[in-house]
Amino acid sequence: MTKKAALYGELFRSTFRLSAFTFGGGYVIVPLMRKRFVDQLHWIDEEEMLDLISVSQTSPGPIAVNASLMLGYRMAGVPGALITAFGTVLPPLLIISVISFFYQMFRSNYFVNAAMQGMQAGVAAVICGVVLDMGRSVLAGRNWLSGLILAGVFVAVYFYKVNVFWVILLCGAVGFFAGRGRRPKTGGKEEAE
Amino acid sequence: MIYLQLFLSMFQIGLFSVGGGYVAIPLIQHQVVELHGWLTATEFTDIITIAEMTPGPIAINSATFVGIRVAGIPGALVATFGCVLPSCCIVLVLARIYYKYRSLEGMRRILSGLRPAVVGMIASAGLSILLLALFVQGRLPQSPADLNLPGVLIFAAALVGLRRFRLSPLRVMAGTGLAGLILYPLLGL
Repeated sequence: MTKKAALYGELFRSTFRLSAFTFGGGYVIVPLMRKRFVDQLHWIDEEEMLDLISVSQTSPGPIAVNASLMLGYRMAGVPGALITAFGTVLPPLLIISVISFFYQMFRSNYFVNAAMQGMQAGVAAVICGVVLDMGRSVLAGRNWLSGLILAGVFVAVYFYKVNVFWVILLCGAVGFFAGRGRRPKTGGKEEAE
Repeated sequence: MIYLQLFLSMFQIGLFSVGGGYVAIPLIQHQVVELHGWLTATEFTDIITIAEMTPGPIAINSATFVGIRVAGIPGALVATFGCVLPSCCIVLVLARIYYKYRSLEGMRRILSGLRPAVVGMIASAGLSILLLALFVQGRLPQSPADLNLPGVLIFAAALVGLRRFRLSPLRVMAGTGLAGLILYPLLGL
């Protein structure tokens, strides 16, 4: 029982801390979650981390909330998911509640802006880091299809602003019909569907 | 019944914002500015700016902000709850499906197509942020004057900290915020 309480506590603390630092768009949650749950706590591995993100992307709602829900469910079922969702929502709720009372001052404050500019460069570095790491692990099997999907999605989303929902749907279909379900060693036995 | 209106409005935003924060913005604008007149167009622009300056998803930030403006702290709670409720329901169903079937051959193949796609999407977001951080205009530079020097320095230091010294991203973000606070005033920018 105390073990369960400890797990709930860790789920809440971790998601609260990560959420308090997700500046600069939803994807920042990926490097933060990866460091905490893959590298530090070893709760999930890299592949599962990517799976959590892609499942999160097929659901409406913010990716940070969705990914936290997935992780909470994975570790402690529905109660775990509710705890992580609460932990993720609480920091922005508190911060915006406070700021809303003097938001005009906050928005045009020189020092707030200077700190934000610095943090933007930090966010860029954090995201570049995770792209390098995850890209290496995805392409590790020297699978040409993975490389093609990675490059194609990058072009579609960056240059053509394709909605990620359609990207997920299409890539899931491509994976289903052309991908390998098992590790390359077992050989991709093609099953006609 | 202002609470119910807030709840329903935010519920719709939560339900229909499929595919990231920038899909949510026009939805929020429609509900909050055009449909209910809870915020003026200027206030809406302000909240989007503030949402970018504070942690957390844009949808949650604006739900909280609108809730407070319209009905105080209880309004903020109701609005935020409405905004995340659709996610909670849908993700829990998807999570069940994923953990039940992820070892099946067909599911494994689907996931093998999705993993590189996720990296591609993150790379795309990363490039936008990178250009924003390194160049004054936020796009590829026309001349050396377009280079945002403090941004480049902070970026390089952050990358070294992350890759070489294995610093936690949380520390790196806090550190770069501090660096900006010192560097920009120091250079008189």
